[in-house]
Amino acid sequence: MPVLREPGARYAPPRASALGLRALVLVGMSVALMVVDHRQQQLFAIRAALSAAAYPLQLLVHSPVAAWDWLTASFATRRTLLEENAALRAAVRAADVRLLRLDATEQENLRLRALLNAAPHAATRVQLAEILHVDLDAVRHRVLVDRGTRDGVTRGQAAVDGSGVFGQVANAGTFASELILISDSTHALPVQVERNGLRTIAVGTGNTRRLSLPFLPRNADVALGDVLVTSGLGGVYPPGLPVGRISELRRDPSQPLAIVTAAPAAALDRDREVLLVWYQPRVPANADVGPAQPPPRAEAGARQRTRTTRP
Amino acid sequence: MNAASANPRLYLYGATLAGLTLSTLPLPHVLDLLRPDFLLLVIIWFALVLPRAGGLLFAWCAGLALDAFRGVVLGQNALAFVVIAYLVHRFHLRVRMFPLLHQSLVVLSLLWLYQFTLFWIDGVTGHPLTDWVRWLPVITGALLWPVLVGLMDRLLTRS
Repeated sequence: MPVLREPGARYAPPRASALGLRALVLVGMSVALMVVDHRQQQLFAIRAALSAAAYPLQLLVHSPVAAWDWLTASFATRRTLLEENAALRAAVRAADVRLLRLDATEQENLRLRALLNAAPHAATRVQLAEILHVDLDAVRHRVLVDRGTRDGVTRGQAAVDGSGVFGQVANAGTFASELILISDSTHALPVQVERNGLRTIAVGTGNTRRLSLPFLPRNADVALGDVLVTSGLGGVYPPGLPVGRISELRRDPSQPLAIVTAAPAAALDRDREVLLVWYQPRVPANADVGPAQPPPRAEAGARQRTRTTRP
Repeated sequence: MNAASANPRLYLYGATLAGLTLSTLPLPHVLDLLRPDFLLLVIIWFALVLPRAGGLLFAWCAGLALDAFRGVVLGQNALAFVVIAYLVHRFHLRVRMFPLLHQSLVVLSLLWLYQFTLFWIDGVTGHPLTDWVRWLPVITGALLWPVLVGLMDRLLTRS
């Protein structure tokens, strides 16, 4: 390594005492920042400002990837485009047919709910958000999307993609928000087996292809291939959204709990866009049901928030 | 004399931006686990070769930028960067006389200290990550050091 003098500066090593003092001050500042950020959670404004400031830089960092995407998209062959077009056309046609059926079913559902005197499901609003694709950490599954409080995004809001639940908003900045994926190892969401309505919790594993269901007893009625949907308890995720499919099931006779893993339905590691969902959990219409009714399962909802400790 | 040695500060900003880009560029999972801490390596190189261009405050700001990018608790990388930059500044006269292999070993221990600081802060803030894969960047970073030194010296001294 060449030992160079910096031009324009007579060489003199920085004085050690001043160096140590500066290091100490900066370390103290970092510790103070961490304490305020972690304990009081009061740095939302600062974080929002920082993320707004970092936004152009993030775009810059993302630009090689964007340029590559643009290049591959521009130089896609005509045949690929035609094939893709045909596939999309077929998909739209199939979706159209399903939508027609869905319309009829929804009408029927409304009528039946009216007959039962039950309140209709709360209307939901969705908005498309693009993932800025700045990968945040290899094991902490968070992504940044280009919608913030400016667009009405709030903390704790659900995000889905075309095929299933994606995650929820962990931190809403002014222009961009941070989503925590359902596969993050500190995330848990209340789910239901679609086949029989069995309720449980799906916990992230830190692997985008696996969710863990650690709270199912050995004799629970689950089978390989069972579809998991959100149960809507806890009020973050709307009920009935597909979460995943049971992919692995082991019942060890010496263990009280079965070892169950599920493959997420959403393409957690391949998505470019997600849908942010605005959802108002329905409050009981007639609040005078009284204590005769069994209390709602609140414990599942309490776990819905991102946990900070492992079980 | 080329542009880099004529204006070390510009070189510093450019290299730091490149390091930040490489540190946060989306990569496939396997490569992501093996990804060395580019930004820290750049900071170490500047603290070693041009200690007057990038001071401790610069290292702190770079760490804070990385915190904002990664969405971790603010100040985590900033603290670790300052500690490493301080050590390198303190011993830069000695370390830059070392042969390259010897230097790589020093960098290995510095990177280990960096990961350990992060690990410790993760534990305190309640996100302990005890997987052994978190120590992989230490090794890849130390292996990358000779290449990085070659590249950055070439950029600095090419006439």
